[in-house]
Amino acid sequence: MSAPTAVTVEPVEPASPPPTLATAPPSLDAESREWLRSLRASGRERDEAIARLHALLLRAARFEVARRRPTLPHLRGGDLDDIANLAASDALLAVLRRLDDFRGASRFTTWAYKFALYEAAVKLRKRAWQGREVPLEPETWSMFSSAGLEPDAELEQSELLATLQAAIADVLTPHQRRVLVALALNGVPIDVLAERLNTNRGALYKTLHDARRKLRKHLEERGLALDDWLEEKR
Amino acid sequence: MMERRDLKQALGRLLGPAGPEVGCDECFDKLDQFVELELAGEDADAAIPGLRAHLAGCPACREEHESLRALVGREQAL
Repeated sequence: MSAPTAVTVEPVEPASPPPTLATAPPSLDAESREWLRSLRASGRERDEAIARLHALLLRAARFEVARRRPTLPHLRGGDLDDIANLAASDALLAVLRRLDDFRGASRFTTWAYKFALYEAAVKLRKRAWQGREVPLEPETWSMFSSAGLEPDAELEQSELLATLQAAIADVLTPHQRRVLVALALNGVPIDVLAERLNTNRGALYKTLHDARRKLRKHLEERGLALDDWLEEKR
Repeated sequence: MMERRDLKQALGRLLGPAGPEVGCDECFDKLDQFVELELAGEDADAAIPGLRAHLAGCPACREEHESLRALVGREQAL
């Protein structure tokens, strides 16, 4: 498993020119420069730098494993340490392969950490779902009923949910429906679904994004006030 | 039966963020810069538009953002 490659869901432009401080290419700090120099050196110096980098990545992978441990009660300590070691090794390969991509937008260690956290998180999600069936059909429409609503609100909710269910059935393509239901309704982790469907996170999210946009458009065209039902306010 | 707040969250998962957002790959590419700007108290949202909206819509990227922020923040505090 390698870290994602670049695909953008939607072009996003800054509303106004962002502050110079935040966007100007920052000069590389001394520590980051030293990491790059030693990793591009040869012989023993490079070997030692790679060993230091591996130790750094292993620390990050163990950090991620420790954060997720409460959600993985069935995994033993040895299994978790195996996952951390494998994540660190995979992250090391990814960092070395993408060393030229590092532009100094952050410190080198922050840039490197994200590879280890990503590898550990993906492996833990997959392990948690190992052997489990991935539900691709709606199982939980009954959860979409809320308690304690006034009769008017209940009617409005029924209309929204009926329109939403119909839109999922009628407006989306079969692939969009399958991805939306698995990810957004049934809570399947995106990396688990990507593995089962033989695709990657970026492509699946693009499908999910397109499905969400279609549903929003469909509901808005029917005059349903989404803002009243969503956490966010535009 | 679920409370109205939970229903809103469930609908939010189905319908996703309203505004423009970056994809998972661009999110990964810029996550380190975004986290350092956040921890430095800079305006990360102005520097990298659409990344926070993506975090709202993608649980996996959101978890990785939380982890990177926690790890780097802890090291800076030492």
